[in-house]
Amino acid sequence: MRFFAEHARQLVAALGRLAQHPGSTLLTIGVIGIALSLPAGLRVVVNNGRVLAGSWEHAQDFTVYLNMEVSMNAAGILAQEIRGLDDVADVTFIGRDDALEDFKRYSGFGDVMRALDSNPLPHALVVRPRTDLEPKAIAELAKVLERREETDLVQLDTAWVDRFRAMLDISRRAVDLASALLALAVIVVIGNTIRLEINNRRREIEVTKLVGGSNAFIRRPFLYLGLWYGFGGGLILINIGLQALSGPVAQLTGLYTSTFRLTGLPWLESIALLGGGGLLGWLGAGLATSRHLAAIEPQ
Amino acid sequence: MISFQNVAKRYPGGYEALRELSINIDAGEFVFLTGPSGAGKSTLLKLIALIERATRGSVIVNGLNTARVTRRKIPAYRRNIGVVFQDHKLLYDRPVFDNVALPLVIAGMGRRETQRRVRAALDQVGLLGREGHAPVTLSTGEQQRVGIARAVAARPPLVIADEPTGNLDPALSVDIMQLFERFNEVGVTLLIATHDLELVNRLGHRQIKLAAGRLIDDGTMVSA
Repeated sequence: MRFFAEHARQLVAALGRLAQHPGSTLLTIGVIGIALSLPAGLRVVVNNGRVLAGSWEHAQDFTVYLNMEVSMNAAGILAQEIRGLDDVADVTFIGRDDALEDFKRYSGFGDVMRALDSNPLPHALVVRPRTDLEPKAIAELAKVLERREETDLVQLDTAWVDRFRAMLDISRRAVDLASALLALAVIVVIGNTIRLEINNRRREIEVTKLVGGSNAFIRRPFLYLGLWYGFGGGLILINIGLQALSGPVAQLTGLYTSTFRLTGLPWLESIALLGGGGLLGWLGAGLATSRHLAAIEPQ
Repeated sequence: MISFQNVAKRYPGGYEALRELSINIDAGEFVFLTGPSGAGKSTLLKLIALIERATRGSVIVNGLNTARVTRRKIPAYRRNIGVVFQDHKLLYDRPVFDNVALPLVIAGMGRRETQRRVRAALDQVGLLGREGHAPVTLSTGEQQRVGIARAVAARPPLVIADEPTGNLDPALSVDIMQLFERFNEVGVTLLIATHDLELVNRLGHRQIKLAAGRLIDDGTMVSA
């Protein structure tokens, strides 16, 4: 019980010590906050990218454009036939007249289209493969449909999604790497701050050693100091850093007029970030104290 | 309580501070350590506090061979020795109370017991009621008494002092020495290094004389 009371006292005392020099404390914590905010911010972006990619399951769809000679009736029969295939979940038939209407409305080339004598668009079938189908099987299916004589062109829509996913994977790796490097930077920054603090309190350390203070006892206030630095950095990051980031991200996602909504740093991750910051601070202080405290011996 | 057997101390660089020194101090004794500057008084005290280690010979304190006290065990070892310095070595960024309480906090003493003992120690040195004062607001003599209160707060059986009156005028010096005598009366062993021979002679305790690192007189012949 006394052990915990002593630790609690030291924890509060370390906070009090930081409060004595608010200027330099804020500066240090700010640096740590910035160092933490880079990987955290990137993580938010990547996480959201993954959510976005996950919502594109239907991107497996592909479009079968039919020959101009294929009649409306024949196209309808073909659609029925394809719908009956094992690997196909659904087929949507888009008649050339509907396609023309849509094109006029959405493309902005309405006037150009009106100037044409005839409708240049073919009938099209949007084929949705079964969701459990492997990309390879989808490609196979597309090939089978392409070989049919009614088919003019089969257009797979998945290529760019795959590319996007691959890019996301690379970004995630990069974020992991950046996180590791910046965590190291935080340890170094805090370690250096603690080293200066040790120098400032040299006399106190000497005297404490002289009256029988153990290394653990002497280390403790510095470890708590490091803990607060890291924790404070995390707090600054969550309060300021992510808020600054959330604006541009919201704007970015606003450009996607889908149902996609930005997820911030979730609650649990915020706590993990605070805890992680504290842990890094503790580590930095631990390194600094183990390196520099032993060197201070009473003369 | 303290036993030196053929102790030599050579500092890096070759300076020999102590040579072939053998002394014996019993529990409950009050001993002055005298000699000119450079005689080895401070080195002798440092060997006891394990600030330095003997190059040769054995230093036995409280029945413990100091050579066997490992680095990790030094803090626990030092808690049994009260040390008083010429320059007090107080912490000036905290009040008198915290200074005196430091050894008790280190020992993990509870808050109530700590308060009781700090007040008792300050009472003994005549500074009760000054707990909240900053050390700089005290006179040199008073600061030295805070240093002494800190040395005795944890009630160590042995107190060593290095020139505790070195910065004080004669009247204050007598005060401080009388304070030490009072601790000695309740059983604390005292070893005080000083070159204030006049004061030493007046008080008439056992005197260990050193010169150039050698024992000149271990005081057992003249002691009462």
